[in-house]
Amino acid sequence: MSALIILLIPLVATALVCIPLPKRWPMGVTVVACAALLVLTAQLAWRIAAGEAFVSALHAGMLKWIAVDGLSALVLLLIALVATTASIFSIGYMAQEGLTPGKLRLYYANYNLFIFSMLAVPMAAEPTLVWIVVELTTLCSALLVSFDNTHSALEAAWKYVLLSLMGAGMALFGFLVLFAAMQAAGGGTYTWDGLAAAAPQMPPILLQTAFVFILIGLGTKVGLVPMHTWLPDAHSQAPSPVCALLSGVETTAILYVILRMFPVMRAAPHSHPEAWAIVLGLISVGVAAFLLLQVRDYKRMFAFSTVEHMGVILTAVGLGTSAASYAAMQQIVAHSVTKSFCFFAAGSTLLALGTREIGAVRGLIRRSPGAGAALVLGGLAITGAPPLAIFLSEFSILKAGLTQGRYVVTGLLAIFIVIAFFGVMLHVNRMVFGAQENGQHAAPAIHHSEGSNGNKYRLPFSCGLALILAAVPMLLLGVYIPKPLHDLLTLAGAALTK
Amino acid sequence: MSEATNQMLENLNALAGGLFLLAAFGMVATRQARGCLNLFITQSLLLAASAALLGFRHHSEHLYGVAVVNLISKPLVVPWLLRKTSPEEIYTRREVDQVLNIPTALLMALALTILAYFLGVPLSNAVEAEFRGPNVPIGIAGLLLGAFTLTVRREAVPLLLGVLAMENGAFFAGIAIARNLPMLVELAIATDGLIIVFIMGVLTRAVQKHVGTTAVGEMATLKEAGAEPVKEEAVAK
Repeated sequence: MSALIILLIPLVATALVCIPLPKRWPMGVTVVACAALLVLTAQLAWRIAAGEAFVSALHAGMLKWIAVDGLSALVLLLIALVATTASIFSIGYMAQEGLTPGKLRLYYANYNLFIFSMLAVPMAAEPTLVWIVVELTTLCSALLVSFDNTHSALEAAWKYVLLSLMGAGMALFGFLVLFAAMQAAGGGTYTWDGLAAAAPQMPPILLQTAFVFILIGLGTKVGLVPMHTWLPDAHSQAPSPVCALLSGVETTAILYVILRMFPVMRAAPHSHPEAWAIVLGLISVGVAAFLLLQVRDYKRMFAFSTVEHMGVILTAVGLGTSAASYAAMQQIVAHSVTKSFCFFAAGSTLLALGTREIGAVRGLIRRSPGAGAALVLGGLAITGAPPLAIFLSEFSILKAGLTQGRYVVTGLLAIFIVIAFFGVMLHVNRMVFGAQENGQHAAPAIHHSEGSNGNKYRLPFSCGLALILAAVPMLLLGVYIPKPLHDLLTLAGAALTK
Repeated sequence: MSEATNQMLENLNALAGGLFLLAAFGMVATRQARGCLNLFITQSLLLAASAALLGFRHHSEHLYGVAVVNLISKPLVVPWLLRKTSPEEIYTRREVDQVLNIPTALLMALALTILAYFLGVPLSNAVEAEFRGPNVPIGIAGLLLGAFTLTVRREAVPLLLGVLAMENGAFFAGIAIARNLPMLVELAIATDGLIIVFIMGVLTRAVQKHVGTTAVGEMATLKEAGAEPVKEEAVAK
């Protein structure tokens, strides 16, 4: 029952924010709704980690449409966590934009719908239903990406919608073929579990065609190279709190659907999903690492880093052992919390300086110590500097690869990760500590930062709070993984290899 | 049902399939936005016809359901929704300079269709004999041609219709091989198509208002290093 409440909360919140009341109302409703979601999903994850099975049927005896296991509980928890911090960050960020109440309500209504669609992805157990909610995540976030209504924001939104839907069309065919494979294997309930059970009897050609279409189709939305071209645009043009959601959890939620195909493929004889995962994963990491060196826009930089991390996760899953699967799950968690922090830091920088160009930002630490410190911490954290969360998870992945004797894969992965580290830190270092070059002035001052460069910019309180809240798990998970989370990660990892 | 009737139903289905493919080719090549819309409607009607024929052939209520949903949503609701959300101007637009000229585009489309045949036949052979037929290869061809339309067109309406044509293609194959899909799922997918039209219509209107064009494919300011960086202060707005 609690699962249905989790889905209902964002819908109710959507309806509530549409009531025309003062500006504080939609902001408050969204924060409260997201916090409630966080509590409920944490509770659910806790119960599942403790070993309680959870399956809820809408109609007893009919198709089981909603099911939550370790893997989906983990994704749910991450979505709720990032949604909460992003809703807090939105308060300060949106206040700076000077929006009309109508536009603000539109933002929050879309925000809550987007949360709803993302939460529905890990909850739905019927693959075609999953396809529909994946489509909904695109459609609900399209107007958030184009929110600023500038030329580039609209272009990014259009590109995002078009390529995502193109991928979704491919994936739809994949899911229909999967259904046909199920029928050819003698039927059964068309759910993730039912598929894994029927997989050994499926005609291999149907199953493999379905897998490839789903991998390519949904891989477009995850941002796997070479289908990633829309991602840096959309993830850099959207308002920063939305970027945190898009990069931090939307990509993860869609990757989750691809991961769901792995146990199905592994149950079938002579199918090698690992090879696909490792090849696509390594290509994504490699290309993103080199693209990171040449970016000019710091939000694009973090967007490319998302492509890189999706590649890392997919490669880790492709390694295939239970240690590697556990490490992949760890990486999913670490990436979500860290990437949301990075986009909050980028958003704070944007608030302080009003430009997204790396070249125009120099000496940020003197202009806004808060944003500068956050950007350095974010840069270090996302590239895997010790002792932060991503260091631990990437280390586990490399360790799992080495113990398995996959030296080429592990070596390439390590090299690309190091290149990405230098790419990001080079830019961040210049932005935060670099001296003002002669003749090059800081970005044109915007309305709230009147005065010369000497003036310090104070971050809005809620932005600072969101940064601190997002930093806590990022710092904590680098040194210590609590017992319930460890159990949950083990369960989630086991869901991939069973 | 007698053997002769079955034979006739299958022939009619093959005819619908052939025309379906023709409509997909037309959408690649038609310059007028309105012409594209008419071709899309024709294609949806043929999908409905194929579903109804297969439904009659296999006594499947599910397929009748697919036919009814397609009859209502695509030819009626899609144009209506498009009129509601998008500026009227989009219909009168004509693409003068396409990415590829029409003969080249059609040749590429032909190549894709042959590819679809080679992809589709092994898939057809893997399912039970009664599911076999022209639907799978033609459906894949529809899917690939829809994707191809998305890469060669620039105007908002043909792009939007390309997305929906991809779905049509997936379904054209789907009605043959996955015909017991739950009705609720069919309805949800149809609703989803309408949300696609709505969102893309709203985006088109926003593009026209703020950028002053409906040739959305021509917007190309977001690039990697080498191009001029975009000078904009999003926060200031």
